[in-house]
Amino acid sequence: MLGLINRSFQFFVIDTWGVEAWETVASAIGLPFAGFEAMLSYDDSALDRVIDASSALLHRSRFSLMEDLGTYLVAHERQATVRRLLRFSGANFTDFLSSIEELPDRGRLVLPDLDLPGLALSDLGGGAFRLRCLSPISGAGHVIMGLLRAMADDYGALVLLEHLGVEGEEEVISIQIADLELYAARPFSLGISA
Amino acid sequence: MNKPVSRKSLPLAPEAFDHLMPLHLRLNGLGQITALGPTLARLLPANVLGLSLFDVFDLRRARGPADVAGLMSQAGERLHLTFRPEFRSPGARPIPFRGMAIPLADRSGLVVNLSFGLGVVDAIRHYGLTDSDFAPTDLALEMMYLVEAKTAAMDALRGFAIRLQGDKQMAEAQAMTDTLTGLRNRRALAQALERLSRGTAPFALMHLDLDFFKDVNDTLGHAAGDHVLRRVAELLMQETRAEDTVARVGGDEFVAVFPDLVDPDRLGAIARRIIEVLSRPIAFEDKLCRISASIGITTSLAYEVTDIARMEQDADEALYASKRGGRGRAIFHPGTSHAPNPVIPDRRHP
Repeated sequence: MLGLINRSFQFFVIDTWGVEAWETVASAIGLPFAGFEAMLSYDDSALDRVIDASSALLHRSRFSLMEDLGTYLVAHERQATVRRLLRFSGANFTDFLSSIEELPDRGRLVLPDLDLPGLALSDLGGGAFRLRCLSPISGAGHVIMGLLRAMADDYGALVLLEHLGVEGEEEVISIQIADLELYAARPFSLGISA
Repeated sequence: MNKPVSRKSLPLAPEAFDHLMPLHLRLNGLGQITALGPTLARLLPANVLGLSLFDVFDLRRARGPADVAGLMSQAGERLHLTFRPEFRSPGARPIPFRGMAIPLADRSGLVVNLSFGLGVVDAIRHYGLTDSDFAPTDLALEMMYLVEAKTAAMDALRGFAIRLQGDKQMAEAQAMTDTLTGLRNRRALAQALERLSRGTAPFALMHLDLDFFKDVNDTLGHAAGDHVLRRVAELLMQETRAEDTVARVGGDEFVAVFPDLVDPDRLGAIARRIIEVLSRPIAFEDKLCRISASIGITTSLAYEVTDIARMEQDADEALYASKRGGRGRAIFHPGTSHAPNPVIPDRRHP
C-alpha cells in the first residue's frame, strides 16, 4: 500500500490529537518518529497496526477512527488538495456519487500504486443508494462513509448514511439523499489552484 | 467521416448541436458566423455574429484554409485556430484551439467544432469555466484534475527528495565524524588525503599521540579520559586553520593535514604551540589532568611522487622518534629538508 494513505492517517492523528499522541503511537509500534513516507510502499499490515495502536491509545473504536479519517481527508485544511480533487468528480453530490465508482481509476491515473477501495454503487430509487466497498483494509468502508459525509456537507446536500456491515467480502453503506442541495455549497472553482 | 452509414440526412435541432458541441460555431455559405455554441459564446462578444470566421480567428499553418472554399475542401481535417488579437484578453496567452469543419449536407454552410487543445487548463482558469460548460463526454475536467493531482504528487515527491537529501547529508556527516570528539574520523582523513594526493598543491601531515593519557584513564577513569579527548579536540581545532583536516585515528592518536603549508618553520611553530596548549592542565570535576603530546611531521615535498601510505608511515616513525626522544616534542621525518629537529616548546612560558 502506498504510504500516502498511511501518512494521511498519521496527519489525521497529529492534526486531531497533537504531535505527542502521534509520538506515542509511533513508538508503540516501533515506527520512526518521522512516520510514513507518502511515496514509499508499505505492507498493508502497517496501516492496521497504526490504527489499532491509535485506537488503544485514544480509547476510540477502530471504525469510528476510520470514519473520522474519511471526514478529515475532506474537511481539514491540510488535506485541501484531496477535497479539490474529489470535487472534480461532479458538480453536485448526486453527480459526485454517480461517478464514485471511478474513484480508484482516478487515483491510479495519478499514482499507479495507489490502491483505493473498489466501489460499486446501486441506485434503489427515491434518492436511496447502496455503496459496496471492497478493500484489504478492514473498515475501509467506514473511511468512505466519513468521506461521503464530509463531501455531502461540502456540496450542501443533506444525506443520511449508515454502515450496514459486511456482506461477503464487501462492506455495504446505505445512502439516502434527503433533500438535494439544501444548504449553500462551499465555493469551488475549477480554475483556482489550491 | 466522409462515408456516413446512412445517406439519409440527420435532422438535428440547433439546441442539440449546442449540447453535443458547446464550443462549435455555425457558418453560412459566405463563411459568416451565424451561431455560437454556448461555451464559445462566453468567450466572444455577441457582435461577432455576422463576421467572417477569418475575421475572428487566425488559422495557423501554411496549408490552412484561407476561405470558405478551403474549409469545405479540407472538411474533417484538423485545424489550428487562435482568436485574432482583438478578441483575445490582453496579457493572456492565446488559446491554441483545435478545430474541425464539416459542411452541411446541402453545402449551404458549415459546422466548425473546436476544442481548447492543450490550452484547456489556461482557458478554464482564465474564463472561469465550470463542468456545465463542457459536454459530459469531454475530458477537459479530467485534464484539470490531472494537472492538479500531478502538481500535488510532484510536491509530495519533492518533499520526499528534500527529506532524503537531509538524511543523506546527516548520514554522511555522521559517517565522517568521530562521535566522541566531533573531529573527522579515519575514513574522512583517507578521503582528504586521497583528494590532496591527486591535486598539485603540497601539504603537510602531522601525526600526534598524547603523552601520559593512559595515566589519566587509569587513575581518574574513562569519563576523565573522554573529557580530556574532547578538550584536546577543541584545542586542536583552535590551533589549526579551517581548511586543515584534523582527525582522531585511534584512542589517543590524531592526524592533522595542512594543505598548502610545507614551510618547516611555520609547521614547527604550529607543532610547538599545540604541544604547549595540550601540556596545560585540563580540569575535570575537581581534579587536574596532565598530558602532553608527541608529534611526527612530514611534507609531500619530501617525495618525488606523493605516496600517502609512505607519508603516513614516515610521520609515524617521526612520532616514535619524538616519543623515544623524551616526549613533548615534534620531530620532522629526516626526508623533510631543512627541518629544525627536534622542536621542543619553551617550557618557561607555558
